Amino acid sequence: MSQAAEAITDYRDLDGAEMLRVRDLHAFYGESHILHGVDFDVRRGELVTLLGRNGAGRSTTLKAIMNMVGRRTGSIVINGNETLAMRPHRIPRLGVGYCPEERGIFSSLDVEENLLLPPTVRSGGMGLDEIYTMFPNLYERRRSQGTRLSGGEQQMLAMGRILRTGARLLLLDEITEGLAPVIVQALGEVLVKLKARGMTIVLVEQNFRFAAPLADRHFVMEHGRIIEEISAAELPARREHLNSLLGV
Amino acid sequence: MTMIFGVPLAVFMGQLMLGLINGAFYALLSLGLAVIFGLLKIINFAHGAQYMLGAFAALLGLQYLGINYWLALLLVPLVVGGLGMVIERTVLRRIAHLDHLYGLLLTYGLALIFEGALINVFGVSGASYPVPEALQGGLNLGFMFLPTYRGWVLVAALVVCLVTWFIIERTRLGAYLRAGTENPALMQAFGVNVPQLITLTYGFGVALAAFAGVLAAPLYPVSPTMGSSLLIVVFAVVVIGGMGSILGAILTGLGMGLVEGLTKVYYPEAANTVIFLVMILVLMLRPAGLFGKEA
Repeated sequence: MSQAAEAITDYRDLDGAEMLRVRDLHAFYGESHILHGVDFDVRRGELVTLLGRNGAGRSTTLKAIMNMVGRRTGSIVINGNETLAMRPHRIPRLGVGYCPEERGIFSSLDVEENLLLPPTVRSGGMGLDEIYTMFPNLYERRRSQGTRLSGGEQQMLAMGRILRTGARLLLLDEITEGLAPVIVQALGEVLVKLKARGMTIVLVEQNFRFAAPLADRHFVMEHGRIIEEISAAELPARREHLNSLLGV
Repeated sequence: MTMIFGVPLAVFMGQLMLGLINGAFYALLSLGLAVIFGLLKIINFAHGAQYMLGAFAALLGLQYLGINYWLALLLVPLVVGGLGMVIERTVLRRIAHLDHLYGLLLTYGLALIFEGALINVFGVSGASYPVPEALQGGLNLGFMFLPTYRGWVLVAALVVCLVTWFIIERTRLGAYLRAGTENPALMQAFGVNVPQLITLTYGFGVALAAFAGVLAAPLYPVSPTMGSSLLIVVFAVVVIGGMGSILGAILTGLGMGLVEGLTKVYYPEAANTVIFLVMILVLMLRPAGLFGKEA
């Protein structure tokens, strides 16, 4: 408890400063033009969501930030650094942790090897003990092959391993997809804890009921653009409008 | 005299030992191929030529620079491995995004260039490399006579194979390598410099081939074509073991050497083909190879 309180004081001064700024971002896979001028920004310590229907460009936005798509134009500033010309392996070293939609657990590594795999990018990451406290299942299965875990455990592993690296900006792609309600709830509690530690989180999420109580702001995407920004305060009044945008 | 299935024990053990030593070379070479294939997905057809370059570098180093065997064992893999890294940076990287068949064709072309250039200068007859003084003579094991150098080759090859296996399966660097083999894009997203990892891996695989070349120099005639004939067998070994499996490459290499040695004792006419027969059998029964994962 005292540790969490300390973490909050550490980052209070910096809260509200800009962590991520995306301007007029276009992205291409070969000939296909996927993102058509994405604009948004995220302040330090915020949790924002990217909402939208399938194919709206939410996952591609995260991949474009990580420089994992073919070609990009526009501007992506992370923690004050323009990253558009950076090589892919430089970007995580700015303190960015990425959790892909397919989770990306390595089958040739056991659970602990998977956890220890991503290199440390910043000091102040969580220790192995802390991660095992947060995800007790992982401790019990630490010698199992990574891909032998259940879907929920794999998701915990995919999140746990980026917490070790000291990343302060987390890009999480569809972390609740296909998981049982009890696991989804546990992941929600984890996000609350991470936010309390001062992490900045961009959440791509299909499950709006999961995201709504956690997020400070929501960005709605359509056809490769952000078409709407809704703050948590505006949410109750605009819920129906949002539902019509998402088609639920 | 003790006989085993109608063959004198000494002859039997002698052939077995010869087979094991051939197997040690198969293991070293197929190990390098497996390491390279894992990360680069390229079947390195230049592997035989790089083995030959290792033997030649040792020979020329001794003749012109006075570099002795022990120093060559250390320096030659570094130099030839360095050449491998230059090849990866300047040539292989340019075609990395294309179908992997292009990599196969390109490395085959490189092999022809290396061989052709050396044939032009030295001819094909081959030269001999003296066995280092400390390893001359032999050991009487009671049941057979073992030339000291052959015993050394076996021990050195096994040690290098085991160290390589340990690095890949038990260390952090090896975990990078295994993970990079599975999902290089995600490794980059974790902050690992994958292009650099690829260069180092290719260099390491080539260095293993060069190391085998230096070990082979005192045993076989050093000639520009010494690699190409060996490589065909090594490819069969890799197919039998399963592409990309580290332990599989080592065990299959040694095993196939033994099979070849045994065939020489009982049916010498088939000694040169037995490995290919095993390959056909394995392809029929376990297409992914003895140690390979079913796709």
